[in-house]
Amino acid sequence: MRIIPFAISTVVTVGLVTVLSMKWGPAPPFGKFLSPQQGFWQNAEPVDKDFSADLKFPGLKGKANVYFDERLVPHVFADNDDDAYFIQGYLHAKFRLWQMEFQTLATAGRISEVIGDRAINYDREQRRMGLTFAAENMVKAMEANPQTRSAVNSYTAGVNAWISHLTESELPVEYKLLDYKPEQWSNLKTALFVKQLTKTLAGYGYGNDFQYTSLLSVFSDDEIKMLFPYVPDSLSPIIPKGTVYPEPTSVAVKPGNSDSAYLKKTDSLQIFKTDKPVPGIGSNNWAVSGSKTKSGAPILCNDPHLELNFPSIWYELQMHTPSFNAYGSSFPGIPGVVIGFNDSIAFGFTNGGIDVMDFYKIRFKDDSKQQYWSDGQWKDTRIKIEEIKVKGGPTVYDTVAYTHFGPVMYDKSFTNVSSGGDAFAIRWKAHDESNELLMWWYLDRARNYEEYTEAIKYLECPVQNIAFASKKGDIAIWQQGKVPLRWPRQGVYVMPGEDDSYSWQGYIPQDQVPHILNPERGFVSSANQRATDETYPYYEPGDFAVYRGWRINQQLSAMQQITPEDMMKLQSDNHNTMAEMFRPALLKYIDRSKLSAEEQNLLGIFSSWNLENDVNEKGPSIFEAWMDTLSVKVWGDELSKIKDPITPHKSTLVDCLIKDSAFRYADDINTPVVETVSDVVTASFKAISPDLLQKEQENKLNWGNVNTLTIYHLLRTGATPFAKAGIANGGGSEIVNATRKTFGPSWRMIVQLSATTEAYGVYPGGQSGNPGSRFYDNFVDTWTKGQYYKLWVMNESEAGDQKVKWKMSFSKE
Amino acid sequence: MNIITKERSKQLTNMKFFTALLLTALCSFIAGLYFPWWSLAVMAFLVALLVHQKAGKAFLAAFIALFLLWGCLALWIDIRNAGILSKRIAALLGLESRFLLILITSLVAALVAGFAAMSGSYLRMSPRKV
Repeated sequence: MRIIPFAISTVVTVGLVTVLSMKWGPAPPFGKFLSPQQGFWQNAEPVDKDFSADLKFPGLKGKANVYFDERLVPHVFADNDDDAYFIQGYLHAKFRLWQMEFQTLATAGRISEVIGDRAINYDREQRRMGLTFAAENMVKAMEANPQTRSAVNSYTAGVNAWISHLTESELPVEYKLLDYKPEQWSNLKTALFVKQLTKTLAGYGYGNDFQYTSLLSVFSDDEIKMLFPYVPDSLSPIIPKGTVYPEPTSVAVKPGNSDSAYLKKTDSLQIFKTDKPVPGIGSNNWAVSGSKTKSGAPILCNDPHLELNFPSIWYELQMHTPSFNAYGSSFPGIPGVVIGFNDSIAFGFTNGGIDVMDFYKIRFKDDSKQQYWSDGQWKDTRIKIEEIKVKGGPTVYDTVAYTHFGPVMYDKSFTNVSSGGDAFAIRWKAHDESNELLMWWYLDRARNYEEYTEAIKYLECPVQNIAFASKKGDIAIWQQGKVPLRWPRQGVYVMPGEDDSYSWQGYIPQDQVPHILNPERGFVSSANQRATDETYPYYEPGDFAVYRGWRINQQLSAMQQITPEDMMKLQSDNHNTMAEMFRPALLKYIDRSKLSAEEQNLLGIFSSWNLENDVNEKGPSIFEAWMDTLSVKVWGDELSKIKDPITPHKSTLVDCLIKDSAFRYADDINTPVVETVSDVVTASFKAISPDLLQKEQENKLNWGNVNTLTIYHLLRTGATPFAKAGIANGGGSEIVNATRKTFGPSWRMIVQLSATTEAYGVYPGGQSGNPGSRFYDNFVDTWTKGQYYKLWVMNESEAGDQKVKWKMSFSKE
Repeated sequence: MNIITKERSKQLTNMKFFTALLLTALCSFIAGLYFPWWSLAVMAFLVALLVHQKAGKAFLAAFIALFLLWGCLALWIDIRNAGILSKRIAALLGLESRFLLILITSLVAALVAGFAAMSGSYLRMSPRKV
């Protein structure tokens, strides 16, 4: 033996192994990661992979078969409900485990465990918002009900059946990249998924309490009411104008001191920075009655707009048991079909946009946060110590006080504010015990309108517009949710937490939430607009869209002999309604004498634009830039006094300028002269011209170049090669085809409820969450072209059909 | 006689080299099915102990064995996958092509195995023989 060379080569070997087993910053441990037997290569799925399997689990009650069609959509045939949910959990985990766990870890504020200290603030925010608190309350409700208890228990068992048999090499590639392992699934994680969705759809962006409050330092409440009108001029509400509402049976009492203590103009500049509602989150749904369709059967359509990601938030499937047969899209993370149809009815969702989160200013007795002043006495808080584990670093502890409103989100220790650390508690409907899973449990089985109304009452938060159509010929829509009863202006601004008369005083009674069954006009629709006109007797602040609803209602009113193909066209409709309304005014106001020849040319392109946001049009690029600059020029001078202002909706700008050529905010308060609307319209056009002319020269003025869509992987820039960039799809915000930058229609579905259901659907993703699978992104091109897949509602007698490519059989032993 | 012995010993050396190479590849493959990736280092080391060669030869045999093993496995997987994943991972690691990724995969295993085998060889080698 030669000691020195032996020692050297051994040290080198051990050193190499050590270095290659360690994680270096964002890079994975290379030895493990590159191993063809365990690392990422194992995720490179053969393109002709056989998904068939014969599986046995003691947790099952009976037998089941799953038939996968050529798009890898599973058709689950189980002889009992529990097994169907078990298998759904198993399939979600098999194809989407990483996203399910990552999203629920994020909701629970546990991302630091995976990616280290850069996520600490994010995690603290999730915890201070009380998302786990909300999910724990939901678990109580869903475990108390026998139906949801067995559904969610079976689902969780199915997910864990996959996780328990998972080998190192089968781990989804994201685990290998970030070098961690999945933990067991739980009912709490399912609830966390629902709460994550609730945060997106009814989180604090929809209240904007802080931003409105800071406006009070510049404007009076009356001015703010004008800038953020309750009912915009161009509103085409969900419930048709002229509908007579019954007298309200419940009324909220306005506190005696609200004018002086709450609505008064404040002098001190409060500067809070909070999340804004994400422009682009919204949705369309509608149902047309048989009287307007060619087949005589109702058609229901839905396209929820969300941030588009890989792996997609949706997973398509059919679930068949002796008690139900549902087809549609599901969320990996929860049991059941979420948007879809069964043998009797179809249902679809859009966001209600109603504010169900309020902030109350809290006065603590001292820094221990153990007591707070409420209605003339010191009340005890409940203290929760949050333990945030951090990968590669020490654990962080955070103390959160809970009041009778809810958790104190902001205080001295957590502030993205320069306010001196005032404390604010959240009152959020999502914190209350509720069982939204039961809605889907019943919807998947509902046979008629009555059963649909019974099902949807379990949805308390977030408020959703739920469209309905049945084979019996009924169509309906309900704006469903438990909406706080409010006195006018309650909850628009941050409220005083010391006076309990500012608390919520109850909810709008279930029978009086906006709804309509078989309206005369032959269709129901929603597109995130305010549901009702000013005659609705309840006060509902929130954040709403305007033009999509206007366009859809106008189109559906005009259409007759409707076919599913017509509905496809409408879902991909690129018509710019805002431009249709506003262009005449812009062209009237602009002072052509101040434009150069080149600018005249640009204006010519704009004025001859066909008003479609198609990829080859240049008009939309000009219109968007013009509107953005005009908005800044009109509001910017006043709002510049506020650090993080909220800008009035574009429809306010449009409505005000159309009505009033001497609009007061057109004036730039920072100049001695008084600018007119004509001045500001002309100036904003001239301001955008150089950039647009440059783009025109480079041949990049087409809307397809300006509004390109990127579908990111959930790890965003941490996994750019897993994304799909540069998708040109037309559309835009406030356009029916709401495709915008990173947002868009996340699942397009059309269901004609004829004797044999005729359904179409597509989502921009693929059934597999594995970037190494050919089923990872294979639907994207179809989606981009505005095309659909015909949805196959399979009958088990068709097991021998050519479309069946693989079969999994499940049994007890 | 002398010539024959020389040739015979050369043949023997070659045989040893190929035996070590094949044995390292085979054992590493089997170990990789059940144990962590670095089990290949243990295998290369043990094979070098068992099939004794000079340090340089031992290094080379194990190097080639694992270069070929990981390279061929990765290539086979990649062909069946039509390069879907390797293109993405290559881009993620800042590599220009997926073939470079396969090359790096092979080199990582080859280097570790080579050094491990060298250790094995030195452990068995008596100082007098050199």
